[in-house]
Amino acid sequence: MAPMLANIRELSFWAENAASIGLVALVIVFSFLSPAFLTLGNIRAMLIAAAILVILAVAQAFVITTGGIDLSISATMTLGAVGFGLSWSAGRGFVISTVIGILTAALVGLVNGLLIARGKVTDFIATLATLSVATGLALILSDGKPIAVNSSQLLRLTTGSIGIFGYPIILAAVIGAVAWFVMFRTRFGLHVQAVGGNDESAIANGISAVRVRIATYLIAAGLAGVAALLLVARIGAAEPAINTQYLLNSIAAVVLGGVSLTGGKAKIVGPIVGALLLTALTNGLTLLGVSQFYQPLAVGIVVVLAALLTRFQKK
Amino acid sequence: MTTSPSLSPVSNPGADVLLTAENITKSFGGIHALKSASITMRRGEITALIGDNGAGKSTLVRCLSGIHKPDSGTITLDGEQVVFETPHHASQSGIETVHQNLALVEELAVWQNFFLGRELTRRLGLIRTLDRKAMKAHAAELLQDLAVNAPSVTSKVRRLSGGQRQAVAIARAAGRNSKIVIMDEPTAALGVQETARVEHVINTLRDSGVAVLLISHNFDQVMRLADHIWVMRAGVAVAGRRASATSGDELVALITGARAA
Repeated sequence: MAPMLANIRELSFWAENAASIGLVALVIVFSFLSPAFLTLGNIRAMLIAAAILVILAVAQAFVITTGGIDLSISATMTLGAVGFGLSWSAGRGFVISTVIGILTAALVGLVNGLLIARGKVTDFIATLATLSVATGLALILSDGKPIAVNSSQLLRLTTGSIGIFGYPIILAAVIGAVAWFVMFRTRFGLHVQAVGGNDESAIANGISAVRVRIATYLIAAGLAGVAALLLVARIGAAEPAINTQYLLNSIAAVVLGGVSLTGGKAKIVGPIVGALLLTALTNGLTLLGVSQFYQPLAVGIVVVLAALLTRFQKK
Repeated sequence: MTTSPSLSPVSNPGADVLLTAENITKSFGGIHALKSASITMRRGEITALIGDNGAGKSTLVRCLSGIHKPDSGTITLDGEQVVFETPHHASQSGIETVHQNLALVEELAVWQNFFLGRELTRRLGLIRTLDRKAMKAHAAELLQDLAVNAPSVTSKVRRLSGGQRQAVAIARAAGRNSKIVIMDEPTAALGVQETARVEHVINTLRDSGVAVLLISHNFDQVMRLADHIWVMRAGVAVAGRRASATSGDELVALITGARAA
Protein backbone atom coordinates (compact mmCIF):
# COMPACT_ATOMS: atom_id res chain seq x y z
CA MET A 1 0.00 0.00 0.00
CA ALA A 2 2.78 2.41 0.91
CA PRO A 3 4.55 2.23 -2.48
CA MET A 4 1.17 2.59 -4.14
CA LEU A 5 0.55 5.81 -2.20
CA ALA A 6 4.01 7.06 -3.03
CA ASN A 7 3.20 6.32 -6.67
CA ILE A 8 0.06 8.41 -6.56
CA ARG A 9 1.98 11.41 -5.33
CA GLU A 10 4.22 11.27 -8.38
CA LEU A 11 3.14 13.14 -11.47
CA SER A 12 4.45 10.35 -13.68
CA PHE A 13 1.79 8.01 -12.26
CA TRP A 14 -0.92 10.39 -13.48
CA ALA A 15 0.84 10.88 -16.78
CA GLU A 16 1.20 7.16 -17.47
CA ASN A 17 -2.46 6.51 -16.70
CA ALA A 18 -3.98 9.74 -17.98
CA ALA A 19 -6.59 8.02 -20.15
CA SER A 20 -7.87 5.59 -17.51
CA ILE A 21 -7.97 8.24 -14.79
CA GLY A 22 -9.66 10.68 -17.16
CA LEU A 23 -12.25 8.07 -18.13
CA VAL A 24 -13.07 7.26 -14.50
CA ALA A 25 -13.29 10.96 -13.66
CA LEU A 26 -15.60 11.63 -16.59
CA VAL A 27 -17.87 8.73 -15.70
CA ILE A 28 -18.15 9.96 -12.10
CA VAL A 29 -18.84 13.57 -13.12
CA PHE A 30 -21.38 12.71 -15.82
CA SER A 31 -23.20 10.16 -13.68
CA PHE A 32 -23.71 12.88 -11.06
CA LEU A 33 -24.86 15.44 -13.61
CA SER A 34 -27.09 13.14 -15.65
CA PRO A 35 -29.02 10.17 -14.26
CA ALA A 36 -29.30 8.75 -17.79
CA PHE A 37 -25.53 8.46 -18.20
CA LEU A 38 -24.89 5.25 -16.29
CA THR A 39 -27.97 3.37 -17.46
CA LEU A 40 -27.40 0.06 -19.24
CA GLY A 41 -29.02 1.42 -22.39
CA ASN A 42 -26.68 4.38 -22.54
CA ILE A 43 -23.60 2.31 -21.76
CA ARG A 44 -24.57 -0.05 -24.56
CA ALA A 45 -25.07 2.87 -26.96
CA MET A 46 -21.76 4.42 -25.94
CA LEU A 47 -19.84 1.20 -26.48
CA ILE A 48 -21.34 0.78 -29.96
CA ALA A 49 -20.56 4.40 -30.78
CA ALA A 50 -16.97 3.87 -29.57
CA ALA A 51 -16.26 0.85 -31.81
CA ILE A 52 -15.16 2.73 -34.93
CA LEU A 53 -12.90 5.08 -32.99
CA VAL A 54 -11.38 2.17 -31.03
CA ILE A 55 -10.41 0.43 -34.28
CA LEU A 56 -9.00 3.61 -35.81
CA ALA A 57 -7.06 4.36 -32.62
CA VAL A 58 -5.48 0.89 -32.70
CA ALA A 59 -4.55 1.45 -36.35
CA GLN A 60 -3.11 4.87 -35.60
CA ALA A 61 -1.22 3.45 -32.59
CA PHE A 62 0.69 1.05 -34.87
CA VAL A 63 1.68 3.83 -37.24
CA ILE A 64 2.64 6.22 -34.44
CA THR A 65 4.77 3.52 -32.80
CA THR A 66 6.96 3.48 -35.93
CA GLY A 67 7.39 7.22 -35.48
CA GLY A 68 4.99 8.02 -38.32
CA ILE A 69 1.47 9.37 -38.54
CA ASP A 70 -1.46 8.48 -40.79
CA LEU A 71 -3.51 11.57 -41.66
CA SER A 72 -5.33 9.62 -44.37
CA ILE A 73 -6.93 7.15 -41.98
CA SER A 74 -10.48 8.53 -41.96
CA ALA A 75 -10.41 9.25 -45.70
CA THR A 76 -9.24 5.65 -46.17
CA MET A 77 -12.22 4.50 -44.13
CA THR A 78 -14.55 6.60 -46.30
CA LEU A 79 -13.06 5.15 -49.49
CA GLY A 80 -13.39 1.65 -48.05
CA ALA A 81 -17.05 2.36 -47.27
CA VAL A 82 -17.65 3.54 -50.84
CA GLY A 83 -15.85 0.43 -52.14
CA PHE A 84 -18.16 -1.72 -50.03
CA GLY A 85 -21.23 0.24 -51.15
CA LEU A 86 -20.40 0.05 -54.86
CA SER A 87 -19.74 -3.68 -54.64
CA TRP A 88 -22.98 -4.20 -52.74
CA SER A 89 -25.07 -2.21 -55.18
CA ALA A 90 -23.46 -4.14 -58.04
CA GLY A 91 -25.17 -7.20 -56.56
CA ARG A 92 -22.19 -8.90 -54.94
CA GLY A 93 -22.91 -10.40 -51.56
CA PHE A 94 -22.04 -9.19 -48.09
CA VAL A 95 -18.85 -11.22 -47.73
CA ILE A 96 -17.38 -10.29 -51.11
CA SER A 97 -18.32 -6.64 -50.59
CA THR A 98 -16.64 -6.67 -47.19
CA VAL A 99 -13.46 -8.06 -48.71
CA ILE A 100 -13.58 -5.47 -51.51
CA GLY A 101 -14.11 -2.67 -48.98
CA ILE A 102 -11.12 -3.77 -46.92
CA LEU A 103 -8.92 -4.24 -50.02
CA THR A 104 -9.88 -0.80 -51.33
CA ALA A 105 -8.79 0.71 -48.04
CA ALA A 106 -5.62 -1.40 -47.93
CA LEU A 107 -4.65 0.00 -51.33
CA VAL A 108 -4.34 3.46 -49.75
CA GLY A 109 -2.14 1.94 -47.05
CA LEU A 110 0.09 0.33 -49.66
CA VAL A 111 0.54 3.69 -51.39
CA ASN A 112 1.28 5.35 -48.02
CA GLY A 113 3.83 2.67 -47.15
CA LEU A 114 5.59 2.80 -50.52
CA LEU A 115 5.72 6.61 -50.52
CA ILE A 116 7.06 6.81 -46.97
CA ALA A 117 9.35 3.76 -46.74
CA ARG A 118 10.65 3.57 -50.32
CA GLY A 119 10.04 7.09 -51.60
CA LYS A 120 11.37 8.64 -48.38
CA VAL A 121 8.50 11.15 -48.42
CA THR A 122 7.77 12.60 -44.96
CA ASP A 123 4.85 10.68 -43.38
CA PHE A 124 2.98 13.93 -42.77
CA ILE A 125 3.14 15.00 -46.41
CA ALA A 126 2.54 11.56 -47.91
CA THR A 127 -0.59 10.86 -45.87
CA LEU A 128 -1.84 14.42 -46.32
CA ALA A 129 -1.67 13.77 -50.05
CA THR A 130 -3.41 10.39 -49.83
CA LEU A 131 -6.01 11.96 -47.52
CA SER A 132 -6.90 14.25 -50.39
CA VAL A 133 -6.64 11.53 -53.05
CA ALA A 134 -8.81 9.06 -51.11
CA THR A 135 -11.41 11.73 -50.37
CA GLY A 136 -11.49 12.71 -54.03
CA LEU A 137 -11.74 9.11 -55.21
CA ALA A 138 -14.61 8.43 -52.82
CA LEU A 139 -16.48 11.45 -54.20
CA ILE A 140 -15.74 10.54 -57.82
CA LEU A 141 -16.63 6.85 -57.48
CA SER A 142 -19.91 7.55 -55.65
CA ASP A 143 -20.71 10.63 -57.70
CA GLY A 144 -20.93 12.46 -54.40
CA LYS A 145 -24.10 10.64 -53.34
CA PRO A 146 -24.65 8.19 -50.51
CA ILE A 147 -25.07 4.58 -51.62
CA ALA A 148 -27.89 2.94 -49.68
CA VAL A 149 -27.03 -0.52 -48.34
CA ASN A 150 -29.90 -2.67 -47.13
CA SER A 151 -28.10 -5.75 -45.97
CA SER A 152 -29.60 -8.01 -43.34
CA GLN A 153 -26.10 -9.06 -42.23
CA LEU A 154 -25.14 -5.43 -41.79
CA LEU A 155 -28.31 -4.82 -39.80
CA ARG A 156 -27.47 -7.75 -37.54
CA LEU A 157 -23.97 -6.35 -37.08
CA THR A 158 -25.33 -3.08 -35.68
CA THR A 159 -28.24 -4.43 -33.68
CA GLY A 160 -26.94 -7.76 -32.40
CA SER A 161 -25.38 -7.98 -28.96
CA ILE A 162 -24.18 -10.25 -26.22
CA GLY A 163 -25.46 -8.72 -22.99
CA ILE A 164 -24.72 -5.00 -23.09
CA PHE A 165 -21.95 -5.55 -25.61
CA GLY A 166 -23.09 -4.90 -29.16
CA TYR A 167 -21.37 -6.74 -31.98
CA PRO A 168 -19.46 -3.63 -33.11
CA ILE A 169 -17.67 -3.21 -29.78
CA ILE A 170 -17.04 -6.96 -29.60
CA LEU A 171 -15.42 -6.77 -33.03
CA ALA A 172 -13.37 -3.77 -31.85
CA ALA A 173 -12.35 -5.62 -28.68
CA VAL A 174 -11.22 -8.66 -30.67
CA ILE A 175 -9.19 -6.38 -32.96
CA GLY A 176 -7.69 -4.70 -29.91
CA ALA A 177 -6.71 -8.05 -28.37
CA VAL A 178 -5.15 -9.31 -31.61
CA ALA A 179 -3.32 -6.00 -32.04
CA TRP A 180 -1.94 -6.24 -28.50
CA PHE A 181 -0.76 -9.79 -29.18
CA VAL A 182 0.88 -8.84 -32.46
CA MET A 183 2.59 -5.80 -30.94
CA PHE A 184 3.92 -7.42 -27.79
CA ARG A 185 4.20 -11.13 -28.51
CA THR A 186 5.42 -11.45 -32.10
CA ARG A 187 8.63 -10.68 -33.95
CA PHE A 188 6.81 -8.24 -36.19
CA GLY A 189 5.56 -6.20 -33.22
CA LEU A 190 9.04 -6.08 -31.73
CA HIS A 191 10.41 -4.90 -35.06
CA VAL A 192 7.74 -2.19 -35.24
CA GLN A 193 8.91 -0.90 -31.86
CA ALA A 194 12.57 -1.19 -32.83
CA VAL A 195 12.12 0.73 -36.08
CA GLY A 196 10.20 3.44 -34.25
CA GLY A 197 12.72 3.60 -31.42
CA ASN A 198 15.87 3.79 -33.52
CA ASP A 199 15.69 2.74 -37.14
CA GLU A 200 19.46 2.86 -37.64
CA SER A 201 20.00 0.36 -34.83
CA ALA A 202 17.15 -1.79 -36.10
CA ILE A 203 18.69 -1.88 -39.58
CA ALA A 204 22.13 -2.64 -38.12
CA ASN A 205 20.54 -5.72 -36.50
CA GLY A 206 19.26 -6.97 -39.83
CA ILE A 207 15.67 -5.66 -39.65
CA SER A 208 14.21 -4.28 -42.86
CA ALA A 209 12.78 -0.92 -41.78
CA VAL A 210 11.27 -0.50 -45.25
CA ARG A 211 9.25 -3.71 -44.98
CA VAL A 212 8.16 -3.01 -41.42
CA ARG A 213 6.92 0.48 -42.36
CA ILE A 214 5.04 -0.71 -45.46
CA ALA A 215 3.41 -3.49 -43.43
CA THR A 216 2.42 -1.04 -40.69
CA TYR A 217 0.67 1.37 -43.07
CA LEU A 218 -1.00 -1.60 -44.75
CA ILE A 219 -2.32 -2.89 -41.43
CA ALA A 220 -3.57 0.56 -40.43
CA ALA A 221 -5.43 0.98 -43.71
CA GLY A 222 -6.82 -2.55 -43.54
CA LEU A 223 -8.20 -1.76 -40.08
CA ALA A 224 -9.70 1.45 -41.49
CA GLY A 225 -11.41 -0.85 -44.02
CA VAL A 226 -12.91 -2.89 -41.17
CA ALA A 227 -14.03 0.35 -39.49
CA ALA A 228 -15.63 1.29 -42.82
CA LEU A 229 -17.92 -1.70 -42.51
CA LEU A 230 -19.13 -0.47 -39.10
CA LEU A 231 -19.55 3.03 -40.52
CA VAL A 232 -21.78 1.75 -43.34
CA ALA A 233 -23.68 -0.42 -40.86
CA ARG A 234 -24.30 2.53 -38.57
CA ILE A 235 -25.55 4.93 -41.25
CA GLY A 236 -27.19 2.30 -43.43
CA ALA A 237 -25.42 3.77 -46.41
CA ALA A 238 -21.93 4.28 -47.81
CA GLU A 239 -21.46 8.02 -47.63
CA PRO A 240 -18.57 9.82 -49.31
CA ALA A 241 -18.63 12.38 -46.47
CA ILE A 242 -15.42 13.78 -45.08
CA ASN A 243 -14.97 12.32 -41.59
CA THR A 244 -12.30 14.70 -40.31
CA GLN A 245 -13.49 14.29 -36.74
CA TYR A 246 -12.53 10.61 -36.83
CA LEU A 247 -9.01 11.47 -37.98
CA LEU A 248 -8.44 14.02 -35.24
CA ASN A 249 -10.00 11.82 -32.59
CA SER A 250 -7.91 8.80 -33.61
CA ILE A 251 -4.74 10.81 -33.05
CA ALA A 252 -6.18 12.33 -29.88
CA ALA A 253 -7.02 8.87 -28.52
CA VAL A 254 -3.44 7.71 -29.09
CA VAL A 255 -2.05 10.82 -27.41
CA LEU A 256 -4.49 10.36 -24.51
CA GLY A 257 -3.28 6.76 -24.30
CA GLY A 258 0.18 8.04 -23.45
CA VAL A 259 1.94 7.18 -26.70
CA SER A 260 4.71 9.57 -27.68
CA LEU A 261 4.49 10.84 -31.25
CA THR A 262 8.26 10.38 -31.60
CA GLY A 263 7.72 6.63 -31.84
CA GLY A 264 9.24 3.55 -30.27
CA LYS A 265 6.92 3.47 -27.27
CA ALA A 266 4.12 1.06 -28.05
CA LYS A 267 0.76 1.01 -26.29
CA ILE A 268 -2.49 -0.60 -27.35
CA VAL A 269 -4.68 -0.53 -24.23
CA GLY A 270 -3.98 3.18 -23.64
CA PRO A 271 -5.27 4.33 -27.06
CA ILE A 272 -8.33 2.08 -26.68
CA VAL A 273 -9.13 3.67 -23.31
CA GLY A 274 -8.45 7.05 -24.94
CA ALA A 275 -11.04 6.26 -27.61
CA LEU A 276 -13.57 5.24 -24.94
CA LEU A 277 -12.87 8.46 -23.06
CA LEU A 278 -13.49 10.66 -26.08
CA THR A 279 -16.72 8.81 -26.84
CA ALA A 280 -17.91 9.13 -23.21
CA LEU A 281 -17.08 12.84 -23.33
CA THR A 282 -19.17 13.43 -26.45
CA ASN A 283 -21.99 11.26 -25.15
CA GLY A 284 -22.06 12.94 -21.73
CA LEU A 285 -22.12 16.42 -23.20
CA THR A 286 -24.98 15.43 -25.49
CA LEU A 287 -26.95 14.00 -22.55
CA LEU A 288 -26.44 17.25 -20.65
CA GLY A 289 -27.89 19.13 -23.58
CA VAL A 290 -24.66 20.94 -24.34
CA SER A 291 -24.66 22.21 -27.92
CA GLN A 292 -22.77 20.07 -30.45
CA PHE A 293 -20.64 23.11 -31.18
CA TYR A 294 -18.94 22.72 -27.83
CA GLN A 295 -17.87 19.12 -28.41
CA PRO A 296 -14.77 19.78 -30.52
CA LEU A 297 -13.80 22.44 -27.99
CA ALA A 298 -14.08 19.93 -25.14
CA VAL A 299 -12.08 17.32 -27.06
CA GLY A 300 -9.41 19.91 -27.76
CA ILE A 301 -9.12 20.89 -24.11
CA VAL A 302 -8.88 17.25 -23.00
CA VAL A 303 -6.15 16.52 -25.55
CA VAL A 304 -4.14 19.58 -24.53
CA LEU A 305 -4.35 18.53 -20.88
CA ALA A 306 -3.27 14.99 -21.77
CA ALA A 307 -0.39 16.27 -23.88
CA LEU A 308 0.79 18.48 -21.02
CA LEU A 309 0.57 15.51 -18.64
CA THR A 310 2.63 13.23 -20.89
CA ARG A 311 5.57 15.55 -20.32
CA PHE A 312 5.75 14.04 -16.85
CA GLN A 313 5.91 10.45 -18.05
CA LYS A 314 8.88 8.45 -16.89
CA LYS A 315 11.61 8.55 -19.47
CA MET B 1 61.79 -8.74 -32.48
CA THR B 2 60.81 -7.17 -35.75
CA THR B 3 58.34 -8.28 -38.35
CA SER B 4 58.09 -7.62 -42.03
CA PRO B 5 54.40 -6.86 -42.30
CA SER B 6 53.66 -7.33 -45.97
CA LEU B 7 55.54 -10.56 -46.46
CA SER B 8 55.08 -12.56 -43.29
CA PRO B 9 52.70 -11.02 -40.82
CA VAL B 10 52.95 -13.96 -38.46
CA SER B 11 55.63 -13.17 -35.96
CA ASN B 12 55.53 -16.63 -34.51
CA PRO B 13 54.46 -19.14 -37.17
CA GLY B 14 53.81 -21.82 -34.60
CA ALA B 15 51.07 -19.83 -32.88
CA ASP B 16 47.40 -20.59 -33.32
CA VAL B 17 46.41 -18.11 -36.00
CA LEU B 18 42.66 -17.49 -36.33
CA LEU B 19 42.56 -14.69 -38.85
CA THR B 20 45.01 -13.47 -41.44
CA ALA B 21 44.43 -10.37 -43.52
CA GLU B 22 47.01 -10.12 -46.25
CA ASN B 23 47.86 -7.15 -48.45
CA ILE B 24 44.46 -5.50 -48.10
CA THR B 25 44.03 -2.41 -50.24
CA LYS B 26 41.08 -0.09 -50.39
CA SER B 27 40.68 3.25 -52.16
CA PHE B 28 37.89 5.77 -52.08
CA GLY B 29 38.12 7.80 -55.26
CA GLY B 30 41.74 8.96 -55.36
CA ILE B 31 42.38 8.38 -51.68
CA HIS B 32 44.27 5.21 -50.83
CA ALA B 33 42.94 4.46 -47.36
CA LEU B 34 44.63 1.08 -47.21
CA LYS B 35 47.86 0.33 -49.08
CA SER B 36 48.60 -3.32 -48.59
CA ALA B 37 47.82 -3.77 -44.94
CA SER B 38 48.43 -7.16 -43.34
CA ILE B 39 47.61 -8.33 -39.82
CA THR B 40 47.02 -11.58 -38.01
CA MET B 41 44.93 -12.45 -35.00
CA ARG B 42 45.38 -15.43 -32.73
CA ARG B 43 42.82 -17.51 -30.94
CA GLY B 44 42.14 -16.51 -27.35
CA GLU B 45 44.01 -13.22 -27.64
CA ILE B 46 43.18 -9.56 -27.59
CA THR B 47 44.72 -7.95 -30.63
CA ALA B 48 44.91 -4.17 -30.61
CA LEU B 49 44.93 -1.96 -33.65
CA ILE B 50 46.42 1.47 -33.04
CA GLY B 51 47.41 4.42 -35.18
CA ASP B 52 46.77 8.07 -35.76
CA ASN B 53 43.51 9.39 -37.20
CA GLY B 54 43.43 8.56 -40.90
CA ALA B 55 45.99 5.76 -40.56
CA GLY B 56 43.44 3.31 -41.97
CA LYS B 57 42.29 1.50 -38.79
CA SER B 58 38.62 2.05 -39.41
CA THR B 59 38.85 1.12 -43.06
CA LEU B 60 40.65 -2.13 -42.24
CA VAL B 61 38.07 -2.96 -39.58
CA ARG B 62 35.25 -2.18 -41.99
CA CYS B 63 36.81 -4.61 -44.47
CA LEU B 64 36.91 -7.32 -41.79
CA SER B 65 33.32 -6.72 -40.69
CA GLY B 66 31.92 -6.76 -44.20
CA ILE B 67 30.99 -3.08 -44.49
CA HIS B 68 33.63 -2.45 -47.17
CA LYS B 69 34.84 -4.89 -49.75
CA PRO B 70 38.63 -4.70 -50.19
CA ASP B 71 39.94 -3.76 -53.66
CA SER B 72 42.53 -6.50 -53.34
CA GLY B 73 44.07 -8.79 -50.76
CA THR B 74 42.82 -11.85 -48.97
CA ILE B 75 41.19 -12.57 -45.63
CA THR B 76 41.66 -16.04 -44.19
CA LEU B 77 39.49 -17.09 -41.27
CA ASP B 78 40.15 -20.42 -39.55
CA GLY B 79 42.21 -21.62 -42.51
CA GLU B 80 39.57 -20.76 -45.08
CA GLN B 81 39.67 -17.81 -47.42
CA VAL B 82 36.57 -15.64 -46.98
CA VAL B 83 34.99 -12.81 -48.96
CA PHE B 84 32.37 -10.72 -47.14
CA GLU B 85 29.73 -9.01 -49.25
CA THR B 86 27.72 -7.68 -46.30
CA PRO B 87 28.04 -7.28 -42.51
CA HIS B 88 25.48 -10.08 -42.19
CA HIS B 89 27.82 -12.31 -44.15
CA ALA B 90 30.72 -11.53 -41.82
CA SER B 91 28.48 -12.15 -38.85
CA GLN B 92 27.49 -15.56 -40.21
CA SER B 93 31.16 -16.45 -40.53
CA GLY B 94 31.67 -15.56 -36.89
CA ILE B 95 32.92 -11.96 -36.99
CA GLU B 96 30.76 -9.57 -34.94
CA THR B 97 31.40 -5.87 -34.62
CA VAL B 98 30.45 -3.64 -31.71
CA HIS B 99 30.19 -0.22 -33.33
CA GLN B 100 30.70 2.99 -31.45
CA ASN B 101 26.97 3.79 -31.59
CA LEU B 102 26.31 0.26 -30.17
CA ALA B 103 23.19 -0.28 -32.36
CA LEU B 104 20.88 -0.57 -29.35
CA VAL B 105 17.26 0.58 -29.25
CA GLU B 106 16.83 2.63 -26.06
CA GLU B 107 13.09 2.12 -25.70
CA LEU B 108 13.43 -1.66 -25.73
CA ALA B 109 14.44 -3.91 -22.84
CA VAL B 110 17.88 -5.47 -22.61
CA TRP B 111 16.64 -8.94 -23.61
CA GLN B 112 14.77 -7.49 -26.60
CA ASN B 113 17.92 -5.75 -27.78
CA PHE B 114 19.90 -8.90 -27.20
CA PHE B 115 17.88 -10.88 -29.72
CA LEU B 116 16.85 -8.07 -32.04
CA GLY B 117 16.64 -9.45 -35.57
CA ARG B 118 17.39 -12.99 -34.30
CA GLU B 119 14.45 -13.58 -31.99
CA LEU B 120 13.75 -17.01 -30.58
CA THR B 121 10.20 -18.10 -31.30
CA ARG B 122 7.97 -20.99 -30.48
CA ARG B 123 4.89 -22.38 -32.11
CA LEU B 124 1.49 -21.53 -30.68
CA GLY B 125 -0.93 -23.35 -32.94
CA LEU B 126 -0.55 -21.82 -36.36
CA ILE B 127 1.38 -18.76 -35.31
CA ARG B 128 4.89 -18.15 -34.10
CA THR B 129 5.24 -16.17 -30.90
CA LEU B 130 8.27 -14.78 -29.14
CA ASP B 131 9.85 -17.19 -26.70
CA ARG B 132 10.26 -14.49 -24.09
CA LYS B 133 11.26 -16.83 -21.28
CA ALA B 134 14.06 -18.45 -23.23
CA MET B 135 15.36 -15.12 -24.51
CA LYS B 136 15.37 -13.53 -21.05
CA ALA B 137 17.11 -16.54 -19.52
CA HIS B 138 19.70 -16.75 -22.27
CA ALA B 139 20.45 -13.03 -22.18
CA ALA B 140 20.72 -13.02 -18.38
CA GLU B 141 23.11 -15.96 -18.44
CA LEU B 142 25.43 -14.38 -21.01
CA LEU B 143 25.41 -11.01 -19.27
CA GLN B 144 26.12 -12.49 -15.86
CA ASP B 145 29.03 -14.48 -17.25
CA LEU B 146 30.59 -11.35 -18.69
CA ALA B 147 29.79 -8.38 -16.53
CA VAL B 148 30.12 -7.76 -12.80
CA ASN B 149 27.36 -5.18 -12.61
CA ALA B 150 25.11 -6.88 -15.13
CA PRO B 151 21.86 -4.93 -15.55
CA SER B 152 18.52 -6.70 -15.24
CA VAL B 153 17.49 -8.05 -18.64
CA THR B 154 14.02 -6.56 -18.27
CA SER B 155 15.18 -2.97 -17.78
CA LYS B 156 15.03 -0.62 -20.70
CA VAL B 157 18.37 0.26 -22.29
CA ARG B 158 17.44 3.92 -21.76
CA ARG B 159 17.94 3.43 -18.02
CA LEU B 160 21.42 1.89 -18.32
CA SER B 161 24.74 3.63 -17.79
CA GLY B 162 27.18 3.96 -20.67
CA GLY B 163 29.26 1.07 -19.36
CA GLN B 164 26.25 -1.19 -18.97
CA ARG B 165 25.16 -0.40 -22.51
CA GLN B 166 28.63 -1.28 -23.74
CA ALA B 167 28.48 -4.54 -21.78
CA VAL B 168 25.10 -5.37 -23.32
CA ALA B 169 26.41 -4.69 -26.83
CA ILE B 170 29.54 -6.77 -26.22
CA ALA B 171 27.63 -9.65 -24.64
CA ARG B 172 25.19 -9.58 -27.56
CA ALA B 173 28.06 -9.81 -30.05
CA ALA B 174 29.68 -12.60 -28.06
CA GLY B 175 26.40 -14.47 -27.80
CA ARG B 176 26.09 -14.89 -31.53
CA ASN B 177 28.55 -17.77 -31.63
CA SER B 178 31.26 -15.40 -32.72
CA LYS B 179 34.89 -16.33 -33.17
CA ILE B 180 35.99 -12.72 -33.36
CA VAL B 181 34.49 -9.64 -31.74
CA ILE B 182 35.67 -6.32 -33.12
CA MET B 183 35.36 -3.32 -30.80
CA ASP B 184 35.73 0.23 -31.96
CA GLU B 185 36.81 2.52 -29.10
CA PRO B 186 34.67 0.69 -26.53
CA THR B 187 35.48 3.05 -23.67
CA ALA B 188 35.83 6.36 -25.53
CA ALA B 189 32.80 7.94 -23.83
CA LEU B 190 33.16 6.37 -20.38
CA GLY B 191 34.46 7.48 -16.99
CA VAL B 192 37.25 5.75 -15.08
CA GLN B 193 35.09 3.29 -13.15
CA GLU B 194 32.93 2.40 -16.15
CA THR B 195 36.06 1.92 -18.25
CA ALA B 196 37.44 -0.55 -15.71
CA ARG B 197 34.20 -2.52 -15.83
CA VAL B 198 34.15 -2.68 -19.61
CA GLU B 199 37.81 -3.73 -19.63
CA HIS B 200 36.82 -6.53 -17.28
CA VAL B 201 34.15 -7.59 -19.77
CA ILE B 202 36.70 -7.61 -22.58
CA ASN B 203 39.14 -9.71 -20.51
CA THR B 204 36.40 -12.18 -19.59
CA LEU B 205 35.47 -12.47 -23.22
CA ARG B 206 39.06 -13.27 -24.16
CA ASP B 207 39.29 -15.84 -21.38
CA SER B 208 36.21 -17.55 -22.78
CA GLY B 209 38.14 -18.18 -25.99
CA VAL B 210 36.86 -15.40 -28.25
CA ALA B 211 39.44 -13.42 -30.18
CA VAL B 212 39.02 -9.68 -29.70
CA LEU B 213 40.16 -6.98 -32.11
CA LEU B 214 40.37 -3.75 -30.18
CA ILE B 215 40.65 -0.32 -31.76
CA SER B 216 41.74 2.21 -29.18
CA HIS B 217 43.46 5.54 -28.88
CA ASN B 218 44.29 4.88 -25.26
CA PHE B 219 47.86 3.47 -24.99
CA ASP B 220 47.50 2.61 -21.33
CA GLN B 221 44.43 0.61 -22.13
CA VAL B 222 46.12 -1.15 -25.03
CA MET B 223 49.10 -2.05 -22.84
CA ARG B 224 46.72 -3.28 -20.11
CA LEU B 225 44.53 -5.43 -22.33
CA ALA B 226 46.27 -6.47 -25.52
CA ASP B 227 48.40 -9.54 -26.14
CA HIS B 228 49.46 -8.35 -29.56
CA ILE B 229 49.52 -4.87 -31.04
CA TRP B 230 49.46 -3.79 -34.66
CA VAL B 231 50.52 -0.24 -35.47
CA MET B 232 49.09 1.40 -38.57
CA ARG B 233 50.49 4.37 -40.39
CA ALA B 234 49.39 5.78 -43.75
CA GLY B 235 47.34 2.76 -44.78
CA VAL B 236 49.91 0.13 -43.84
CA ALA B 237 50.31 -2.02 -40.74
CA VAL B 238 53.89 -0.92 -40.16
CA ALA B 239 54.66 -3.00 -37.12
CA GLY B 240 53.41 -5.86 -34.99
CA ARG B 241 54.55 -6.24 -31.39
CA ARG B 242 53.85 -8.55 -28.50
CA ALA B 243 52.52 -6.34 -25.70
CA SER B 244 55.04 -7.90 -23.35
CA ALA B 245 57.92 -6.86 -25.60
CA THR B 246 57.11 -3.22 -26.22
CA SER B 247 56.46 0.02 -24.38
CA GLY B 248 54.22 3.04 -24.73
CA ASP B 249 57.17 5.09 -25.92
CA GLU B 250 58.00 2.63 -28.66
CA LEU B 251 54.36 2.56 -29.81
CA VAL B 252 54.23 6.36 -30.00
CA ALA B 253 57.44 6.35 -32.02
CA LEU B 254 56.02 3.75 -34.39
CA ILE B 255 52.76 5.66 -34.82
CA THR B 256 54.42 8.95 -35.62
CA GLY B 257 57.08 7.35 -37.80
CA ALA B 258 59.91 8.60 -35.58
CA ARG B 259 61.01 5.02 -35.43
CA ALA B 260 60.94 2.62 -38.37
CA ALA B 261 59.53 -0.83 -37.88
